[in-house]
Amino acid sequence: MTEKTATAAPFILETTGLVKEFRGFVAVNGVDLKVRRGHIHALIGPNGAGKTTCFNLLTKFLPPTRGTIRFNGKDITNEAPQRIARMGMVRSFQISAVFPHLTVLENVRIALQRSLGTTFHFWKSGRTLDQLNERAMALLAEVGLESYARMVAVEMPYGRKRALEIATTLALDPEMLLLDEPTQGMGHEDVDRVMELIRKVSANRTILMVEHNMKVVSGICDAITVLARGAVLAEGDYASVSANPVVIEAYMGSEAAQLVAEGH
Amino acid sequence: MNTKVSIAYLAGLALLVAAPTVIYPVLVMKVLCFALFACAFNLLLGYTGLLSFGHAIFLGTSAYVAGYVIKVLEFGPLAGIAVGTVAAGALGWVIGSLAIRRQGIYFAMITLALAQLMYFIYVQAPFTGGEDGLQGIARGSMFGIDLTNDLALYYVVVGFFAAAFWLIQRTIHSPFGQTLKAIRENEQRTISLGYDVDRYKLLAFVLSAAIAGLAGALKALLFGFATLGDIHWHTSGEVVLMTLLGGMGTVFGPVVGATVIVTLQTELSDKVGSLVSVIMGCIFVFCVLVFRRGIVGEGVALYKRMIGEKVH
Repeated sequence: MTEKTATAAPFILETTGLVKEFRGFVAVNGVDLKVRRGHIHALIGPNGAGKTTCFNLLTKFLPPTRGTIRFNGKDITNEAPQRIARMGMVRSFQISAVFPHLTVLENVRIALQRSLGTTFHFWKSGRTLDQLNERAMALLAEVGLESYARMVAVEMPYGRKRALEIATTLALDPEMLLLDEPTQGMGHEDVDRVMELIRKVSANRTILMVEHNMKVVSGICDAITVLARGAVLAEGDYASVSANPVVIEAYMGSEAAQLVAEGH
Repeated sequence: MNTKVSIAYLAGLALLVAAPTVIYPVLVMKVLCFALFACAFNLLLGYTGLLSFGHAIFLGTSAYVAGYVIKVLEFGPLAGIAVGTVAAGALGWVIGSLAIRRQGIYFAMITLALAQLMYFIYVQAPFTGGEDGLQGIARGSMFGIDLTNDLALYYVVVGFFAAAFWLIQRTIHSPFGQTLKAIRENEQRTISLGYDVDRYKLLAFVLSAAIAGLAGALKALLFGFATLGDIHWHTSGEVVLMTLLGGMGTVFGPVVGATVIVTLQTELSDKVGSLVSVIMGCIFVFCVLVFRRGIVGEGVALYKRMIGEKVH
């Protein structure tokens, strides 16, 4: 499913001079981002720094105004978003991305069933999808949701929905995951669970995530890129970034205090 | 199809077979044509989340094409129905590929605009008979059955209806239908899982247009004419009303909605005249205000609440 080309290159995802303008407003301004293979890489920055826009550019949900994006050494700047997913880079969304009125099992099966090549077969019985149930259950077990399989997704608590989203993403066996604020709006318990989950699924994978929770960033991320006003402000590991005076100034106030306080 | 739906399906079929003994078959056939039209529309609105506001153009195009094939080219009714259905599907492909480039209200507006464009072409085109319509489409005979007999035609219409209804159910529960539901539920997420959603939407649109076309061809055969009324935007609006009143996204909702609307229109038209539109408007307002899930939808929700299931 995933193309394992140029695996020797140290960087799985690279952008050069990435720019996105919306009618004169520059949301992303010349971002050079390099994500090292196998890393959990965090993209942080104050509100409006262009993190989500950056994500949408990387996954081709938005076309960039200028600049290039290379995934596994291949220029993907002009690819369609569904093609990116098939190449092995799958994203999540800021708002929980489940299919609310399908069951938990069906949610995962949606990701699996494309591989059967019958997704256009309107004359086939739905029972032909049952052959995927075993695989789907295994994926659900991996995120601890096997007992929820028959539940309609909308009924699940928020934290579990994020877990379901991860299971669905893993069904594609992607080389790279892009997670947009995976712990946003969660209580402590859920944050810990999702953090563990991300750590677990990061084996043999690269993860790029937008994250506000500094506990998560400091806890599991290997590298951090700080964005401010659409441009890269700082880059490095947690210790060097959190000690950087420019970063502290950009955050000004609570988040900066938190950043410093939690710097081990 | 689950057991409950299968039982309801068989019961409905039995009712249809027995119906002409108590009800005037032409009325039931009219109801069936519109029910099929609404079911086709529901495949798009209820199961794919696409609101087409020009669906009458598929009903009408097929009615004209079927009428032309039968009356002018003098092929039999079966060829007329087949060619009409294919023509509606082909038009669906053209309109669909243009409209699915946009979402939501823009999608609805594009379908309406293209349908209106076709409407004015049909008003001018010689083969439609313009304001007079295409009159005198002979029923002829099919499989050696003389269709001029209302009862004979009735069973042919029931046969077509049952087959098309089954196909729609099959589609909804197929791997393709599952993909459509995913698109309805969360289009962005479906794209991010590697689906080329436009191609699925287009196939759904073509299927829906073709089945609407089948309904139109049957209707032309039933009444012996195809008119501008079939392609007027009123008809496009009516099918929305039928689907919402019966319950969008439910299996039998469109059938119930079409039955109520067609029966009311037929019963009331000679009693209250043009007030029918006012009554239809009131029903629509009432439905939107207090009956969101439609007749079948509310019924199912009530049943689920009684057996203690959660309702969304």
